[in-house]
Formats: sequence, structure tokens, C-alpha cells
Amino acid sequence: MKFTTRLTRLTKTKLIVISVILGLATGLGSYTFIYAKGYSYLTNDPNACANCHIMQEQFDGWVKSSHRNAATCNDCHTPSGFVAKYANKASNGFWHSFGFTTGWFHEPIQIKPHNREITENACRKCHTSIVEAIEPHGLPQNQLDCLQCHRNVGHLH
Amino acid sequence: MLILGTVIVTALVTIGLTALLVNIFERKQEARNPFFTVVPLTDETEDPAIWGKNFPLQYDDYKKTVDQERTRFGGSEAIPKTPTQVDPRSIVAQSKLEEDPRLKAMWAGYAFSKDFREERGHAYMLDDQSFTERQQVVKQPGTCAQCHASVYVPYKRLGKGDLTKGFEIMNQMPYTEARKEFKHPVACIDCHDSQTMQLRVTRPGFMEGIAAYKASQGIQNYDVNKMATRQEMRTFVCGQCHVEYYFKGPEKRLVYPWAKGLKVENILAYYDEAKFKDWTHADTGALTLKAQHPEFELWNQGIHARSGVSCADCHMPYKRVGAMKISDHHVRSPLLNINNACQTCHKWPEAELKARVETIQERTYQLRNLAMDALMDLINDIKAAKAAGKTDADLALAQDFQRRGQFYLDFVEAENSTGFHAPQEAARILGESINFLRKGQLAVRDPKALTPPTPPTTQTAQATK
Repeated sequence: MKFTTRLTRLTKTKLIVISVILGLATGLGSYTFIYAKGYSYLTNDPNACANCHIMQEQFDGWVKSSHRNAATCNDCHTPSGFVAKYANKASNGFWHSFGFTTGWFHEPIQIKPHNREITENACRKCHTSIVEAIEPHGLPQNQLDCLQCHRNVGHLH
Repeated sequence: MLILGTVIVTALVTIGLTALLVNIFERKQEARNPFFTVVPLTDETEDPAIWGKNFPLQYDDYKKTVDQERTRFGGSEAIPKTPTQVDPRSIVAQSKLEEDPRLKAMWAGYAFSKDFREERGHAYMLDDQSFTERQQVVKQPGTCAQCHASVYVPYKRLGKGDLTKGFEIMNQMPYTEARKEFKHPVACIDCHDSQTMQLRVTRPGFMEGIAAYKASQGIQNYDVNKMATRQEMRTFVCGQCHVEYYFKGPEKRLVYPWAKGLKVENILAYYDEAKFKDWTHADTGALTLKAQHPEFELWNQGIHARSGVSCADCHMPYKRVGAMKISDHHVRSPLLNINNACQTCHKWPEAELKARVETIQERTYQLRNLAMDALMDLINDIKAAKAAGKTDADLALAQDFQRRGQFYLDFVEAENSTGFHAPQEAARILGESINFLRKGQLAVRDPKALTPPTPPTTQTAQATK
């Protein structure tokens, strides 16, 4: 009887300590999330991408681009499908935060091969009818590279 | 164990979160205030250190122009030197005359054959001009200061508020006397308006030169500070000094010879019409010209100019410091900063871009060497003919070919990109140079067999751009 009470008391203390620690981290995390306008990243608003300043040039370029009325950042830079889209956003969000906080990233900022593939597929998402007529068949490496020639349609640089 | 593990993991997460929070906070602050006015600046604030209090990031970069770093064909090496009474410098750049003694024969009888070194960064412009041995062999006028010192405030002081008047007064002073009027190499005030930080042209030589050039294109009364676009200004502020020029008449007015156009033949035609010579060649008697450093003129003939890329885009590329985007004021060769200078537009690996530039430079350098050999052959032929009793009248055509061929060669030699600013134009100029010089050799043997070189027609002059 005595033994069980002690165990319960110990578990209770443990639980409180863990809860306080987790609570602190959650509180700090939530504050950072709100302060950094983290919720804006859940939307499709291109302004969100310029939150962290480094994308300002790309945003300014997009405003003047031919795609302005047809596509937002997300249309070209996230894959289709809800899960894939938010998984990609989460992964990019983590690496951007990590890169900017540590200062450890290539400058000027460069797109990663995986993300470039997503953008390449996004071209085909909207322009299938044109691309189908000229797309070579066979191995994926024989595919045409849209961005080689149309690099500036979304934004300069 | 569970508690310890949780504490460690949560601590790491919290450290990461705090770092992120602080970083976001800092960037937000930076974006809110691009600069703080710590000291008031006026149109008389000469000292760049004072401007640096308001613009510490730009000033820190500006100070880095003391760096001496080589590229394959340019840049300078720091050579130790024993300071003397007349030249207190303890470090100088390598001597180009020692690297290529043919230059001495090219400039025989002219001060450049005494001392000619690799150009160094902006930080050295004033010292390197004040203490070059050329100052000891000839008396230089105050005109030189236009490009080697911060003269905007001194000009205004001498002209009692009138910039052009001050320019005219200083031009006529001996250099040693004018030297007392200024203290700094090129500084903030030479390119920026103190109130708005906007770029502006402050050198009367450029204002007059660009107006003369625009007039040749049919644009009358061109006022560079009122009519140039922002992107043009990012070239023009550099073009104030990185140009071909001469000192006109006894008043030693600094003139940019652009009234017929910016190409080498337009400039030579201008000098021919003005019957101008820099000096008489000591060994041949040819009325020779010294090309200066026509970066602005050659760049104008190249693909980057055509595409609207300014000097600053490559030599002062934008860079990010925290949340701010600033122009890199560490003015230097793009080859030392390929990432920001070239890769913003050219998505190729650094090594590939470097190799492309060096291929162009290597080819230009080979052609330059061929032209240099041709010049040596012509000089030797004229010398031998003189020793054999031929007169200046017999050799007039050969001397004229030397004047032309040598100016064309020097136009590329003195230009600071080893052909890169306009590769095909540089190759064309050197090709024509070799042709002039070899024709000169034929003219030594039999002048009547050759038709004299014709000045370029107005049509060619108009074809510029």
C-alpha cells in the first residue's frame, strides 16, 4: 500500500516536471510561430514567402512576371496533393529556418535538385497540351528541361 | 533516465527555437531601419570615415580596396620597397616594365618608360599617383587629380561654389601645388549625393565628354545628372575615370575625346583632326599617342553593355547582409567574387565561368603579344632606316602607321580587362593594329607601294551602338 503511493507520487512528480519542460518548449515555439507569422505559410499568399527578406527579389520579380496572373509561388514550388504539398512545405520550412539561423547556406540562394524537379513538373501540370506534342519519349533523362530556356517566366534569378 | 533524456532533448529544441526567434527579431529590426543617421552629412563632408558612421556596412567594404590580390591577368602583387625621401611607400605593385621590357621601347622618350606598374585598388590611387617615378621625370599638372583624388569639395572651394570653374583653376596648377588642396582618394561624396545617397556625376570632364558623345548621336544639350537613368548612372559614375582622355591646350583642360564616337577609330580620328600627340617617339620620330585605360569605351562595344549590365552589376554586385541588400563597395575583379558577380545571371559552376573568362583573356593576350612583336619590328626597321640615312620625310608614312598601330595596341594593353569587356572588339582592334604595323614595315621599304591609311568615314563613326 505504502509502496504504491510512493510510486504514484514519484510518477506524478515526473509527469509534472516533463509537463513543465514540454510546456515551456511549446510556449516558446508557439510564440515564435506567431511572431514569425508562421500561420501565413499555411496559405497560398506569395507575401508569406517574402517574410524572411531573402526572397524579396524573387517576390519583386514575380510581381512583374508573365505568370503573376496565373500562378503563385506555391503553384510552381510545391507538389500536387495535400499531404505531399504540406510535407514539402514542412521540410523546406525546417531547412530554411536552419540555414538562416546558422547562416550556413549558399548565397545567392540556390534551388535544390528535388525542388527544381517539383518546379519542372509544375510547368507540365499547366502546359500539358503544349508539352505533350514536343516531349520526347523514353527515359526520364531524355525529357526536355523547361527551365533551361524559360528560366525567367516566374521571376528573374 | 527518462527525465534526463527529456530535459536534454527539450533543451536542444528550446535552444533551436530561441536562436530562430532571436534571428527573426534581428532581421525584422534590420528591415525596419536600413540605416541610422548618426552624424549629419553635407555637400562639404569630404572624409569617408564620417559617412561611414551612417553607413558602416558600405564603409567597411570600401576600406577593403587595400587588398592586393592577383587574378591570372590582372590584380597586383604586394612588392616590398625601401621607403625614400621622395617615395615613402613601403609596398608597391609589380613593375609591368620588368614583366615586359618591350613596353620600354614602345614608350621610348615618354615618362611611362621610366615607371609603369600594375594598377592597385582604389585605396592606393592617390599615393600611387603622388609617388610614381613619372612625377620625378616630368612636371604633371593638377588635371591629374580629377581621377586620382576626391576633388569634388576642393573644386567647389577653388571655384567659390562653381564646380567647373574650380576644375579649370586646378587644371592649371602644377601637381605639387594642387596636391595640397586634397586629402582623400575617391570617397563617398564623389559618387553620392549627401542628402539622398543618389548616384551623381561630379567630374566636369565626364559631363562634357558624355555631352559631346550624345551630341554625335543627335542628342543636344545632354545633362548627365538630369537625363541618365539609374542603371546608366551605375556605369557613368565609374566612367568618370575609367576612360581615354587627354589634356587639351596650354590650359591643360581634361577632355574625353568622344565627339566622333567611342570606338578606337573614332577616338583616333578625333586626335588626328586635333593634330594631337602625347609625345614624339625617341627612336623613330613618330608622333605617338598614349592610350590611357578605356574601360568605359571598350565595355560599350561588348555584350554586357548591350544587355544593360552596368559596371556596378559585376564590380560591386548586390550582396545580402542580414535582412539588407547592399551594393558591395569592395570594388574589385569579378573573378574574385564569381558567386555574386557572375552567377546571379549565369547558372554555371564557378570553375566553368572562370575558365570562360580566362580563355578570352588568354586569346587576347596572345594577339596582344603578336601586335607587340610587330611594333618592335617596325621600330627597329625605322631605326635602321634612319641609321642608313633616310629622313623623316622619307619615313613619314611608316611613322604614321606606327602612330596608328601603336595606339590600337595600347588601347587594348592599357584597358583593364585583357579583352574581356568586349572580346571580339578587342580582337578586331589588335588585328587592325598588326595590319597597320606590318604595313608600316612595308612603308619603310617603299612608301609609294602603299596607299596611306584613310580616316574612318562618318558612317563608321555613327555605327557605334
